[in-house]
Amino acid sequence: MSKVVIIGAGPAGLSAAITCAKKGLDVLVLDEFMKAGGRLLGQLYEEPDGSWWNGIHESTRLYNQAKDLGIQVKLNTPVNHIEKVDHEWVIYTEENTFYTNHLLLATGAAESPVPVPGWTLPGVMSVGAAQVMTNVHRVKPGERGVIIGVNVLSAAIAMELQLAGVEVACMTLPKMNKITSDATDPKKVLNSLLPVSHMAPSEFIKLGSKLMRNDFMKKLGVTFYPKKGVKMWNIPIQLRKAVIEIYGENQVEGVTIATITSDGEVIAGSEEKIPADFVCIAGGLYPLAELAGVAGCPFYLIEELGGYVPLHNERMETTLDGLYIAGNITGIEGAKVAATQGITAGLSIARNSGIIGLEKEIQESVRSIDHTRDRAHIQFHPNVKRGKRKVQEQWKAYYNG
Amino acid sequence: MNRRILEHPILGNLDDQYDVSFTFNNKVYEGCGNEPLAAALLANGVRTLRHHEESGSPRGIYCNIGHCYECRVTVNGQPAVRACLTPIEEGMVVESIGKLPTPVRDWRGEDE
Ligand SMILES: Cc1cc2nc3c(=O)[nH]c(=O)nc-3n(C[C@H](O)[C@H](O)[C@H](O)COP(=O)(O)OP(=O)(O)OC[C@H]3O[C@@H](n4cnc5c(N)ncnc54)[C@H](O)[C@@H]3O)c2cc1C
Ligand code: FES
Repeated sequence: MSKVVIIGAGPAGLSAAITCAKKGLDVLVLDEFMKAGGRLLGQLYEEPDGSWWNGIHESTRLYNQAKDLGIQVKLNTPVNHIEKVDHEWVIYTEENTFYTNHLLLATGAAESPVPVPGWTLPGVMSVGAAQVMTNVHRVKPGERGVIIGVNVLSAAIAMELQLAGVEVACMTLPKMNKITSDATDPKKVLNSLLPVSHMAPSEFIKLGSKLMRNDFMKKLGVTFYPKKGVKMWNIPIQLRKAVIEIYGENQVEGVTIATITSDGEVIAGSEEKIPADFVCIAGGLYPLAELAGVAGCPFYLIEELGGYVPLHNERMETTLDGLYIAGNITGIEGAKVAATQGITAGLSIARNSGIIGLEKEIQESVRSIDHTRDRAHIQFHPNVKRGKRKVQEQWKAYYNG
Repeated sequence: MNRRILEHPILGNLDDQYDVSFTFNNKVYEGCGNEPLAAALLANGVRTLRHHEESGSPRGIYCNIGHCYECRVTVNGQPAVRACLTPIEEGMVVESIGKLPTPVRDWRGEDE
C-alpha cells in the first residue's frame, strides 16, 4: 500500500495524519514552513473560561503525537505541482517526487492585500505577518504600528501585539466608498467584532471597565469618546478617517490620515500624520487552493466561506478520485474546526484505503465538525453555515444534474 | 538594535541565544538557529531585503509565510529564495537582489 501524502502541517493536516496513522496507514506530511503547526502557531487568546489558547503548545502537542505514531513530517518542503498520472497522484517538490493513491490538501488560507499608496515600503506587512513575527519568531515587527482594516483577525492580532509590548498607535477603517460602506459604519464594524469580544484578556477589560457603560461595550472592550472616536482594548479606532498614504523615505515612517467625505474625497486641511515604524494591512483571508486548481477540481465562489473553494462533500472528498481537502482550503474558520475536518478527511482516506467498519465513525466525525463550528470562539464569516450548505447543494447538483 | 521579545506574559521567556552567524550584503549578522532569515535580519534592524528589479524601490517582507515572494533574496548563490521561509545556517551568504541593468519591460516586449 502506498503512503498517504498530506500537504500542509497545520491543524487540519496534522489531525488527518494522526487519524490515518491510528488506523494503521503509513503517512507522509509535507510543509514548506520550518515548523509544524501552520497558522495555529501564531494564535494566542484567552478562552471564555480564563485559560489561554496557546497556538505553540497546541501545535507542539499535535506534532509530538504525529511523531509518536511514526508519521514522517518533512518541513521546509514547498510543493510546486501535483498531477494524476496512471491512477496515482504525483507530488513535485524541489528535491523529490512523491507518489500516492490518497492525497490530502490541507494548505490553509492566505491574506488578501489592500493596496494603499506607499504599501510597498519596507515595514508594511500583512497583519498575519506581524502575528507570526511576534508570536512565532519572537521578533517585534516594530516599536509602534498602525493597523489598516478592522476585522476579527486584525482585532485579535492588535491585542497580541500589545501583549508582546508592541505599541499599536491606532486601527483605521478602510477608505469609505460604496462597496465598503458596511465596513465603515461604526456600529456595523463593532457588531462584526462581537465574535472576538471575549478574546479581550481580562486585564484589558479591567483597565477599561470604569469607562464602559453597558454590557455590550463591556463584552467588546470598547469605549466611546465623543471627540476622539472609539477605543478597543485601549487602541483608538478611527471611524471617520482613512489612511491616504503610508509615507517614508526608504522604509515606513508613518501614515497620513484624513477625514474623507462619503464619496471618499479628502477634506482639505484635515490631514494628520501618525508616526509609526510599521504598518499592518488587514484585508481578510481566502482559501489557499492553487494545488486543487492545478489538479482540476471544480471551484465555486462562496462569499460566506471567504472566496473560491474546491467542490467537496461532507466527508472531505473532492470530485477527483483519491484527492481530499480539509481545513481552511474548504472555507475560512478557526483552528478547532480545521482539526475536526482533518479527522473526517483522515477517516475517509482510511475507509477508501480498504479499512472496513468505519461508517459510523465517519458520520460522527461529520457531525462533530458542525458541533465544533457551533461552539467556535472565533468566527470569520457570520454565515459560514449557509456557505457550507451551498457547497453541499453544488455537490448534489454536480452528481445529479 | 535588538527587537527580540525575550519576555512574554503568556508565551513565557526566551534565552537570547545567538549561535549562528551569516552574511547579508557582505556584513556579518548573528541570529538564532532555526529562525528564518527575515526574522534574523529584522531582529538586527534590517527591513530592506531587496530593491525591485525594475523600479529599484526598496522592499521587505509582506506576508511572512511564503505567499507573496516580496522577500526574495539570493542564498549561497541561489536566487529568488524566500527569506521568510529559509532558516539561517552557519556561514550562509545572503545577498539582496537589486535593480536589473535593463528594464524588465524591454525583453518582455521582444518576447511577445
Ligand atoms: C496569516 C493567518 C493568520 C491567522 N490567524 C488566525 C488566528 O489568529 N486565529 C484563528 O482562529 N485563525 C487564524 N487563521 C485562520 C487559520 O488558517 C485557521 O485557524 C487554521 O490554522 C487553519 O488550519 P489549516 O490546517 O487549514 O491551515 P494552516 O494552519 O494555514 O496550515 C496550512 C499549512 O500548509 C502549508 N502549505 C501551504 N501551501 C503549501 C505548499 N504548496 N507546499 C507545502 N506546504 C504548504 C503551510 O506552510 C501551512 O503550514 C489565520 C490564517 C492566516 C492565513
Ligand atoms: S514575505 Fe511573502 S513570501 Fe516571504
